[in-house]
Amino acid sequence: MFEFAAAVTLISMAIIIAAALKGPTVYDRILAVNTFGTLSVILIALYGFLDGRPEFLDIAMVYALINFIATIAVTKYIKFSRLGRSVDVDEAEDI
Amino acid sequence: MSVFIDIGSWVCIVLGAAFTLIGCIGLWRFPDVLSRMHAGGVTETLGVLLLFLGMGIQAFVILPETKMALLVAGKLLMIALFLFYTNPTTTHALAQAALWGGGDPETGEQKKDEGTSSKT
Repeated sequence: MFEFAAAVTLISMAIIIAAALKGPTVYDRILAVNTFGTLSVILIALYGFLDGRPEFLDIAMVYALINFIATIAVTKYIKFSRLGRSVDVDEAEDI
Repeated sequence: MSVFIDIGSWVCIVLGAAFTLIGCIGLWRFPDVLSRMHAGGVTETLGVLLLFLGMGIQAFVILPETKMALLVAGKLLMIALFLFYTNPTTTHALAQAALWGGGDPETGEQKKDEGTSSKT
């Protein structure tokens, strides 16, 4: 039954990649990549159970941490065009 | 008694996989950025929590030692709690950025496309 869940997760990942390629704005793509990261966390945890080695859960935890930081960083970069100090939206347009 | 626990964990896993697939289909089919976030929330909360609950119950069934099963279930609980708290944060930041730069959201009333100022 873990195989069924892993297969469904793989199908979902294919749909998410298609949605990331389709999405008209950059925010659609960021959302799709974030969901893809969540799905890869699920897939790594399921693979740990399929293989009988629960140490894969540590890798899944690291993936969850990296996914959160990366999405916040990309969103901030798109919004402010920089990753340093945060500026107001009005200031960001005339720099 | 253990048969019922086994069946319950499989029901959790199958329901979680189904909700994950439903959320991804919604993210593919919905027309707008904000409605796509609404569809993606199904994957990130209900699908992840049900799948990890099923896996946590299944760890006590599969693994022979209770100590190891407790370790696995604790790790699963930590991942699920982390995803449960950080995914709404990410969605909030992304929705704010999309409202700032992505133009007006679709409401179903505007058909003329005269007020949409999309920068991207």
